[in-house]
Formats: sequence, C-alpha cells, structure tokens
Amino acid sequence: MIHSLFLVNASGDIFLEKHWKSVVSRSVCDYFFEAQERATEPENVPPVIPTPHHYLISVLRHRIYFVAVIQSEVPPLFVIEFLHRVVDTFQDYFGVCTEAAIKDNVVVVYELLEEMLDNGFPLATESNILKELIKPPTILRTMVNTITGSTNVGEQLPTGQLSVVPWRRTGVKYTNNEAYFDVVEEIDAIIDKSGSTITAEIQGVIDACVKLTGMPDLTLSFMNPRLLDDVSFHPCVRFKRWEAERILSFIPPDGNFRLLSYHVSSQNLVAIPVYVKHNITFREGSSQGRFDLTLGPKQTMGKAVESVLVSSQLPRGVLNANLNPSQGTYTFDPVTKMLSWDVGKINPQKLPSLKGTMSLQAGASKPDENPTINIQFKIQQMAISGLKVNRLDMYGEKYKPFKGIKYMTKAGKFQVRT
Amino acid sequence: MSASSAFNDEKGGSSSVAEPEYGHDPASGGIFSSDYKRHDDLKEMLDSNKDSLKLEAMKRIVAMIARGKNASDLFPAVVKNVACKNIEVKKLVYVYLVRYAEEQQDLALLSISTFQRGLKDPNQLIRASALRVLSSIRVTIIVPIMMLAIKEAASDMSPYVRKTAAHAIPKLYSLDPEQKDQLIEVIEKLLADKTTLVAGSVVMAFEEVCPERIDLIHKNYRKLCNLLIDVEEWGQVVIINMLTRYARTQFLNPNMNESLLEEGNSGEKTFYGSDEDEDEDEEEKEKKAEAAAMAKRKPYVMDPDHRLLLRNTKPLLQSRNAAVVMAVAQLYFHLAPKAEVGVIAKALVRLLRSHSEVQYVVLQNVATMTIKRRGMFEPYLKSFYIRSTDPTQIKILKLEVLTNLANETNISTILREFQTYIKSMDKDFVAATIQAIGRCATNIGEVRDTCLNGLVQLLSNRDELVVAESVVVIKKLLQMQPEKHSDIIKHMAKLTDNIQVPMARASILWLIGEYCEHVPKIAPDVLRKMAKSFTNEEDIVKLQIINLAAKLYLTNSKQTKLLTQYVLNLAKYDQNYDIRDRARFIRQLIVPTEKSGALSKYAKKLFLALKPAPVLESPFKDRDHFQLGSLSHLLNAKAGGYQELPDWPEAAPDPSVRNVEVPEWTKCSSREKRKEKKVEKPFYSDSEGESGPTESADSESDSASGSESGSGSEESGSGSESEESEEGSESEEEEEDEEEKDKKKKKKELKKPVQETESEQSSEEEERKHERKHERKAKPRKSDSESESEEEEEDSESESSQSESEESESETEIKKKKKAAESKPPSKPDKKENKKEKTEMSLLDLDDFEPAPSPQVTPVNTFLSNSLVTDLEGLSLSDTVLSPATISPSSALKNYELLHRITGEGLSVEYCFSRQPFSPDANMVAVQMHFTNNATSDTKNLHMEDVKLQSGMRVKEFPEIELLPAGETTTAVMGIDFCDSTQAANFQLCTHTRKFFVSIQPPVGELMRPFFMTENEFRKEQGQLMGMNEITEKLTLDAKCRNEHAIVQRVTTAANLSRVPCGSDKECRFAGRTVTSSSLVLVTVATKEEGAAQLTVNCEKMVIGTMLVKDILLALTQ
Repeated sequence: MIHSLFLVNASGDIFLEKHWKSVVSRSVCDYFFEAQERATEPENVPPVIPTPHHYLISVLRHRIYFVAVIQSEVPPLFVIEFLHRVVDTFQDYFGVCTEAAIKDNVVVVYELLEEMLDNGFPLATESNILKELIKPPTILRTMVNTITGSTNVGEQLPTGQLSVVPWRRTGVKYTNNEAYFDVVEEIDAIIDKSGSTITAEIQGVIDACVKLTGMPDLTLSFMNPRLLDDVSFHPCVRFKRWEAERILSFIPPDGNFRLLSYHVSSQNLVAIPVYVKHNITFREGSSQGRFDLTLGPKQTMGKAVESVLVSSQLPRGVLNANLNPSQGTYTFDPVTKMLSWDVGKINPQKLPSLKGTMSLQAGASKPDENPTINIQFKIQQMAISGLKVNRLDMYGEKYKPFKGIKYMTKAGKFQVRT
Repeated sequence: MSASSAFNDEKGGSSSVAEPEYGHDPASGGIFSSDYKRHDDLKEMLDSNKDSLKLEAMKRIVAMIARGKNASDLFPAVVKNVACKNIEVKKLVYVYLVRYAEEQQDLALLSISTFQRGLKDPNQLIRASALRVLSSIRVTIIVPIMMLAIKEAASDMSPYVRKTAAHAIPKLYSLDPEQKDQLIEVIEKLLADKTTLVAGSVVMAFEEVCPERIDLIHKNYRKLCNLLIDVEEWGQVVIINMLTRYARTQFLNPNMNESLLEEGNSGEKTFYGSDEDEDEDEEEKEKKAEAAAMAKRKPYVMDPDHRLLLRNTKPLLQSRNAAVVMAVAQLYFHLAPKAEVGVIAKALVRLLRSHSEVQYVVLQNVATMTIKRRGMFEPYLKSFYIRSTDPTQIKILKLEVLTNLANETNISTILREFQTYIKSMDKDFVAATIQAIGRCATNIGEVRDTCLNGLVQLLSNRDELVVAESVVVIKKLLQMQPEKHSDIIKHMAKLTDNIQVPMARASILWLIGEYCEHVPKIAPDVLRKMAKSFTNEEDIVKLQIINLAAKLYLTNSKQTKLLTQYVLNLAKYDQNYDIRDRARFIRQLIVPTEKSGALSKYAKKLFLALKPAPVLESPFKDRDHFQLGSLSHLLNAKAGGYQELPDWPEAAPDPSVRNVEVPEWTKCSSREKRKEKKVEKPFYSDSEGESGPTESADSESDSASGSESGSGSEESGSGSESEESEEGSESEEEEEDEEEKDKKKKKKELKKPVQETESEQSSEEEERKHERKHERKAKPRKSDSESESEEEEEDSESESSQSESEESESETEIKKKKKAAESKPPSKPDKKENKKEKTEMSLLDLDDFEPAPSPQVTPVNTFLSNSLVTDLEGLSLSDTVLSPATISPSSALKNYELLHRITGEGLSVEYCFSRQPFSPDANMVAVQMHFTNNATSDTKNLHMEDVKLQSGMRVKEFPEIELLPAGETTTAVMGIDFCDSTQAANFQLCTHTRKFFVSIQPPVGELMRPFFMTENEFRKEQGQLMGMNEITEKLTLDAKCRNEHAIVQRVTTAANLSRVPCGSDKECRFAGRTVTSSSLVLVTVATKEEGAAQLTVNCEKMVIGTMLVKDILLALTQ
C-alpha cells in the first residue's frame, strides 16, 4: 500500500525518507515540487498527484508536507488518515511536530515508522501500544540514556498488541487516580452583511485525560443526550450501549485521547455569542478608505468572551492601514494584506473598536470586493449547546478516582461577510 | 540503483547541511571530516564489545539512512550484529537490513539463520518479529525458506503470529509471483481464521494476491461481517471495500424495480424536447413496462446476507477514522436500497470538519453522489457554503456540490450565495462560480433569465478574467434562445474592442456569426474590425474570424464579399497549418467556381445548420462507474491494481454457498433427495501432520465449525484455546453438535460415494445437515428436482429469519415509524420494496444486538490472560441471522393500494396491516399507510375527512401531514375498529388542493390478533367450540407447501394468528382472538399422505369462521 514516505519542509527540502518496500528514488518528489510551484498557496497543493509510475498523496501539517508514495490502487483517505495519525503520534511523542524536533529524534521517528507500518500496511497506530514499544523521549530519560547507555526501546514485549483492548496498555499503575474530561464546543458560522446568520452549527468534542490504575470500566452519561445529533467515537466506546441507553461505556486508553466528537442537531438554534458592527468603505476616486469595526457580546449567558482575535484579508489595492484600536493591538502586513487585531477580553461596558483609514494605491480604482472578517474567541465554563455531563461511574476497580469536567466554547470557522 | 542516484542528488547539498546536525548527536561531535573516515569509525564501534557503542553507531547509521544517504558499505559490519542481545541494537540492525538486503543479497544470507532460529522461539512475539524481518528481506534466493516459514506461521497457535504471516504473504508475492498458487492456499487457510486480529491482514493479502478468487470468501462471508466491528480500523477499510465487490457479484440489485422508473423521471434533460428524445422516451416506457412486469413476476426479496452486511457496517459510520466512514459510505451507496442510502449523508458531512485533505477527498465523492442522489444531501446544503478561508481547491469542489444540489426550490438561496462569491478576491474561484451560475441556468429554466441578466452585468466588471468567463458562459446560454436576446448579442459585439482573452473573443465572434441574422448591421462591421487585427490574433480567434467571414458571406455576400476574400487571403499565408487548411477548405466551399462540386450548393446548410445548445455538465458526471472512495475515482482514471466494481448479476447466484452450518429451524422434508457428494481432499493434508500442536485443521476446506472441533478433539487441549474462546461467542448449539458431526464426518469419509447415496436415503436429519454443507462446497451440478427443493428451502429460511427479526421489532416499531416520518426518505420506494424496507429498516434497530448467550469459555492460555475473556464478553456480537429461531414465525406483510398515483394526481397511497397493537385504542386494528408524492410539486396538509362508517365502527385518524415534498415518501398510522366485520371504512383523503374518496377493507385475517396458549388449553377451548362453531374442509396442499414450515408460513400470512405448540408433527395449530370482541379463533391443519390435509376452524363468530376458512384454503392450495 504505502511504499515510501518523504518529509518535505517549507523550503522544499526532503529531510527524511523511509521506505517500506523497495527503495523509490527521491526524484519522484520532483512531481510534487512541480505541483507545489503551480499552487499559489501552500494549502492548494492537490493532495493526490499522479505521476507516470506512482501516485503521491500528501498532507500538510505544521508547515511540513508528508508525502506518501503509492504504487497501486488504495483508498486515498486511507493514506491521508494514516499520515495524519503519524503526525499526531509525533506530536504526542515530541510535544511539537517541527522539522527540528523530527531531526533531533530521527532514530525514534524511524523506530516509530517501522512499527506503524509493515510492508506499507498499518500495523500499530494506537499510541498506547507504541508507547509500550518505544518510550517517548523526555529530557530526563535522554540524560539518563546518555550516561548509562540504556535505551528508549521498551524492554518488555508489546503484549498490548495481543489484547482485545488494543488501545489500553496493561499493568497501568498510578498513585493518584484521576480522570478529566474537557467538553469543548466550537461554533462554525457565517454571518452576512446585515448581521443575520446564514449558517451556524455547533461541533463539539470530549477530550479525556484518564490516569487510572488497572482496567477501569467507565460509564459517562449526559443530562441531555438528545442534543447530540451525530457522533463519532474512539474505538473503545461500546456502540451498543450508546444506541440503546445513550450512555458512553468504555475501557479508556491510558493518557490523553479524544473520546467523542459530536454535532449538535441542527434544529436547535445556535446562540451567537458575539456581534460585529462594521463599516468598511472605499470611495471612488479617492485614495482613502474608511475602516470601522466594533465588537460586542451577545447571548453569552453571563460569561466573559475572552481571547478574541479578529483577522481579515484586505483587498489587494490597500497599501497601508492607519487604525486606532480602543483596546488590544493590531498588525497589518502590507505584503499579504492581512490585518489582525488581538482584542483580548470583551468588556460589555466599553465595547472594543478599531477605527481609522486605509490608504489605497494612487490612481487605482476602488476594489470591488469586500473583505470577510474572521473571529476567534473563547468562553470558559460554558458549553454553548447546553450539553451537560450527568455522571461518571467506574466499575471493575476498587479505588475512588478523582473526577473532573471542564466546559469551554470556542469559535470554529466564524466568519462575518461585509 | 535508485539509492545511489538518491545519494548523488543529496551529496552536493547535504555535506554542508549534515555537519551541524551531527552536533545533536552527543557522542559523534563534528570531528570526522570525510565520509570514508566516518564509516571507518562506525565499523570500529560496531565491532566493539560494548552495546552502548554499537547502539551509538547504529543510531548514526539510521540517521544517515533517514536522510537518504548511502550507508551500504557498512553492510558486513552491521549484519554481524543481527544476533546482538540488546533489543534496540537488534531493532536498528533490522531496519538497516531491510533497507539494504536487496542490494547485498549474498551478505544478507548470513543473517537468515538467526531468523530461522527466531521462528522457533517459544515467545510468540519473537516468532512474529523474526517472520516479519525475514519476509521483508527482498532476496530471491530465500523464497523457499520464506514460503515454508509463512506456511508454518499460518498454523501457529498465536493469532499474532498468524497475523504476521498474513502480512508476509503480499511481500513474498511481490518478490516471486510464481508462488501464487501456494500462497492462495495459505490465504484460504487464514481466511477461515476466527480472530479479529487476523481478519484485516488476511483480507489485505487476499486483495493483493488473488482479488479475483471471490469464491474463497463465500464460506467466510458471514464471519467477516460479524467480526467486522471489532477488527482494527485499517483492516475494516480493506474488508469493507472487498465485501462491496463481493456483494455486487452475489446479490441482486435492491433497486432493480426502481432504477428504470428513475431514469424516466429524472427530468433533467427535458429542456430540449427534440425528436430523438421522444423516441427514447417511448423506448424507456416500454422498458419500464417490461421492468414492472418483471417486478410483478419476481418480487425482490433481499438476501439476508445482504442485509447482514448493511446492518453490520452501519455502526461504523460512527468511526473516528475518516477512511472507515468513507468505506461504509461507498458500501451503502453501491449496495443499499435507495431509501437507506440517506444515512451516510450525515456522516460524510461530518468529515467536512476534518483536515483539508480529508475534505478534498470527501467532497469529490460527495460531488459524484449528488449527481445520482441529490435528495440525500439537500438537507445539508448549508454545510457546503464556502468560507473565504477555504483553500481554492476546496472552494471549487464545494461549488460543484452546490451546483449539483440546486433545484427549483433552493435556487434562489444558492444564487444569493453565488452573488457573494463573485466578489471574492480569489479569481480562479470567481471564474468557477460564473460557470456554476451558467450550469444552474441551463438546468433550471425558471432562473435562466435572472442568471443571464446577472452575467451581463458582470460584463462591465473590471477584472478581465471575470468578463471573459462571463462571455463564455453567456454564449452557451444564448444558444438556447437566441431570438430573445439580440440586444445582449449587440452588447457583446461592442466588447470585442476591449476584451483580450482569446477564448472570450472567440466566443463573441462565434455568437455573432451564428446569429448574424439577428444583428444584420453590426456583424459586417465586426468582421471589418477583425480583418484589420487578424494577423495579431491568437489561433483560436483566427479560426472564428474565418468562420464569421464564411457565415456572413453566405447570408450577406453583397456587403462582405471583399472582406471575406481579404480574410481568406490572410489566412492562406498564416503560419499555422490548421488555419491555412481551414481557409482553403472554406474557400472551396463557399465561393462557387466551375470546379467546385455539388457541395457548395449545400454550404448554407453546412454552416448555418441549427446547432444544439451545449449541455453544461458536471465533470463528475461519469465518475460513478469507479468504486467511490477509490484512488481511481479521485483521479478519474484507472489506477494500477484497481478492481472493477462488477455490475449486479441478473439472477442471484446460489446463496447457499455461504452457508456454514445449517440453522436449526430448517426441517427438510424427507422427500428431498440426496445427491452424490464429492469428498474434498483436505488442502493441507501433509502439512497438517507436520505442524503438530497447531490448529491447522482450520483450513481443511470443510465447514469451519466442523473442522474446528475436529482439531480441538485431536489436539487434546493444549493448543488453540484462543480460537475456541472466540468461538464461544458464537451460537452455543454449534458447539453441542460438534462432536456428533465430527463422528459423522469421519464415518462418511470411509464410505465410498456410491454407497453413500443409497445408504443415506433414510438417514436422520442430523446427518443430512452435515451433508448439506458438503453439497454446498461441491460444485453445483444438481438435477432439477434437487435444485428445486434446495431453493425452496432457501426461501423458507430467508423468510423465517426475516419474520423473526420482525417480531423482535414490535416494541420499537412505533418509534421507528416516527423516525421514518421525520427523516423522510428521499425516494419513492416501489410497492413491494416499500414494505420490505419498512420491516428491514427496523432490523437496524437495536433489539437484535442483544449479547450472545454467554460464551462457554474454555480455559485460556496463560498468555492471553483473563482480560481477553472479559472483553470478549463485552464485545461479542450475536448473530441473529445465524442463530436458530425460537419463536413461531409471523409473516411478511402485504401491501394494498389505497390511491393510485394516476388517480391521485401524483400522490399514491398504500396501506398495510402492520399487525402491531394500536396503542391509543386496543380495539382498533393498526393500519400503516405509506404516502408517496410522485408529483413534481409538494403536497401539503394531508389529512382525512368525512369518514363514513357502518354503525359501531370507529376510526382514529392519522395526524395531519403538513408537507410532503415532491419525490418523498412518508408513513402514518391510523387505527380502525372494524367491529369484527369486513365492512369497508370509507373516507376522504384531503390534500391542500384535492380530495379523494378512498376505502379500506380488511381481509378477515387481519381482524384478529395472536393469542398464546398451550396445547392443553387449545384442546379444551376447541372442545367448547364444536358443532355450529366448527367448520372443517378437506384440501390438497399445494406442491410447494408440504412441509410444516411452509404451512405455518402461509397460514400466518393469511391471518394474524400465533402458532400453538403441538406434539404431533402432522398437525399445525394456530390461535388468535378477534380484535373487537376478543372471540377465540382456533385453526388446525392436519396433514396426511400425498399432500392431503384437513383444515378445521373453530370460532364463536360463524361468519368470521367461514370467511377465514376460505382465505386459508386459498392460501394453502395456491
């Protein structure tokens, strides 16, 4: 299936290659570079590129292209999903997935890739199993290893691979048993010129950090499970229980994992927590444009809107912007024409605004396109859909774990058209 | 070779880059300047006794490999360390070995013995890893060793080793395709494996080595379906894709009754009613009629195995893995009945939240799906709205989907969206939007003028690209109704002065030439200007100038004669030979000379013929012949190794090939003939002997269960436990029977085939069951009578399994209905189909997912520990289709027509008696109605009025249906108290525009509900209902209905009764109570020789009794 993997950095250098079958010359990447050149933006490189003898399937993450070489028919999503899984694993191991991190840990990376694929077919992709096989490098361990010459390859055999709960490693022990769940919801919305909502939906995830001894069997129930319209589960969740009782029942993997992602049914009206008043105009004939933007909270249920960040791609004709923020800082990049305004927290008493003028290219006619405004924000301690966890129970182990639930709402792809 | 070239590529740049990187390696330092010296040092380190030095050296070597640098000269030094004790060194040596063994074959052989030793290790993980590396070394010389190792590992007792063996198969195959036959044997053996660990890997091997051997799947089909949910994600993808192909060869098209109707109704192309089209229509009608006739002859019944696949894959739509979701989605798209395909839309829309690469692939597939099944994605229209932050390729795909989804009702919203898109900064995207508008305008006649006006406004846009694209689209639109739009043509003529984009210029010129009669004054002037600039134009424009000149010459030669000749002269000396050719050709054609032949007479006809307007089609139009989700589909070109998705078979192949064991409830009649059986030789007869305490018997080609137990008993316990515990999760009966079967099997093998046929005539059922398995395995050469009886049995099997599921449904039925009403399946199912779907859709509900009878767990190998067992309990899936029926079967429902779609002006209504208790009123009979709106407009406010009833009868109306969109289907339930009479209930069915008089008349069998009683109670009650209340009839049973099962089937179909247990197998008894008065109804069918039978009905209500006798008689004799 997957023949080879090349990692390409932003400047177009191949800095790592791995082959699972016969070696494929790295010159095959020339086709990729060609496509890269043709694409105006880095994310516009087509994910699948046919070449005379191979197919290149690539993903772009953290400004690194992961280019897989394929020789025959395989579902493209299979490869793409796998490559993303590889990136996730790197991130899990090294904290970040950058060129430097990969180069520093090239041996671990190689060992990981060796375990993840056999002859191009995925073998072990569960992070729990991999961690049993290859210990993630920590500063302490690196030091100890250099001094004592011991290794970061697990001494014990990967029995997890044989288990029927392949996602959980065996023999887990903690002195403090804790289970934390983060309910994070994102609002995707498009707001039109006049402020009315064109489309809005809520997507949520429950990320868990479970550190429990032994083989705990957890059940998590919701106060209002009917809200969840479409769900996808970590493989540990028992589907039958969910279908029958709307209860999440699972033996969790050890450590961090995404338990559930969901979509809130579209019948429910989505509360939009912020509003934007905008007035962006260009006048025919003059080389000036007006820019006026005010943000305000709306339907936040008394919670503060934090970490607000506004960004907008201004028309190409704009040379510079001379603006005055009432709070926070703004930057304007004259090359990419990207305006971004770091607002911080919205104070309902004193609404943040950004006002001023934009200078246009002299003599150029007024741009006929209007910029869209992208907004990011966070609201702590609230799930905007109203989803509430009812209770978490543990079976199968005797001790009493410490349990915690946190709610948060974020802006997803939140866009205001002007 | 390739490696060395890679080395060369790298050499220049890397030596400088590599140096500082070495700084990261604590031990290396940047001391060594040349490659040669560095390698020397590495060799020294590898030769030392210290593991830490070796490790350091190996790490540096691996880092070199990772960077693509050549490290092959270290091979001898590295390969020595293959037996190193340190695990990490060993692993890194493996990495090195696999990378370079191909280049240094002779030296690589040195390492082989280490792996061979590893293959015999008591630890399964070491065995597995030895096999993994051994098979990864691409050295042709060791092919026999690999083959042996794989064979041995395939019968290893550890599933993990077997999994590794499955992985090794494609490796060996790619090394030496000659081994195919032997490998197929191994695959066949591993396919019979029952562990989830192996399933995914072996199917992958199957797909790479022998995807054409679909026959290997038959026996394992059900097992794969049932294991699927517990297989790891990657294996699921491979299995689902393979099963899609399998199902296409083995089952009938669930939409066969609709597909033809569909084509006729999809009115997309009706804009041009040309003659040809009408002809086609007629043909289609004929076909339709034929199809309908066919459908009547052979009502479609879904194979239970087909249903099993659909049911077991559905939960996987909830997977977190996008590839799994896509695999299930394509399976549903290719295999599911139309009404059920809708479920995948939600999951696919969910994937649009994922990474942009995932979006890209999903949108491509959605684009193809929306062409065929638009309704499916319509509710999610807004999810495809475009954000300015989307990458251009995603934008364009979303646009494609939006265009495909556009119809009369939503076009206004879509056009409004498009309007905002046109203002985008991304010009490629704007161009695509304009094309999309053009396509909407051609597809939806209502908005054509609006679109055209909008596009004309764009002509004054400042961006030339936008204008050019608009011109091209306008040209295509104008071709549809040129006469109306001469002012637009004039406007465009003016644009020739400004627009420079060649395609746009060419389009304008073509328009003017084509419609020069509409703009008689302007056209010659345009030609004049063009003649002036001719030499500077692009080729494509020049060709159009020549065309324009020719057309003008033919219509208006007085004004343009000289101009034309001038243009033709210019063209004669053009650099491009196409243009020279064209000029020469046209001159001959239009300028009459003496030599010019008859053709010039027809010049006008040639040039000014009416040209059909172009059809603006989606680029995704013809992609659906590729399996969705595949690479080939994405590229719209066949990729290497792509397996065609076969067309549905005309007639279903024998479904019995998939039978692994005979379900308990099928009781074959003694008349069924035996047939001679081919005793198959075990494939692995010799290796079985060698392999010792392993469960090699798995592959033994007989039914899996039989052989499994065989191995179990032979092996006296110690091996293969993990297998057995798996098996425990399947039905218990299987295990009980095993021993017996096994004995039989052995006995049989001793006999000669000829004796067998005679001696077994009188043998018992038990043995016959076993026999059947063999039959199925054997090639299908049957005598007529045999095949008939076989088929019959199959029928009854499938029916009963269905009915069983129906029963389990009763509770959830109502909930289900609601759901169905909400979700509004987008299609209008066919009559028979409809009912089927109803009952079968409920199969998907949960009740049949009940945990299996608690598995009998045999003591488990210490290694796998208790956790395995507990988990198996948690995860096991029962298989209701395979497990024996315990409840008496009720039967399939019959649909009646309430309103035909002709009389109903597009609205058709069918009803059936759902045989569910009608909860609001126990005295009422539940009538389930299916409304289908075949009209092109929506139907609103569907409700009942003016109910006319006989005295005493009551009706509970169904809740008003507010909206039934065109092409949709919905269901409602009403209750009628018929007062135990077969009088019809008359009422009016009202829509917002019309009223229809309809009536529902119940067959007598529906006026009762099942009543459970014991045999004794039955006798007692029967004794009290003698004399006038008893009616007896003699009858001769229909030839097809002479076994008990068929009788039960037919009686319960005719009347809503339940079976009463009975000691004698000559008698079938049924009991029920009438719905309103709760009077007992008792039915007895006593069978005698030669199909003679006696029917007795005891009932307090004599009228009902007489009518019931008639109905049942009819059911049994036909």
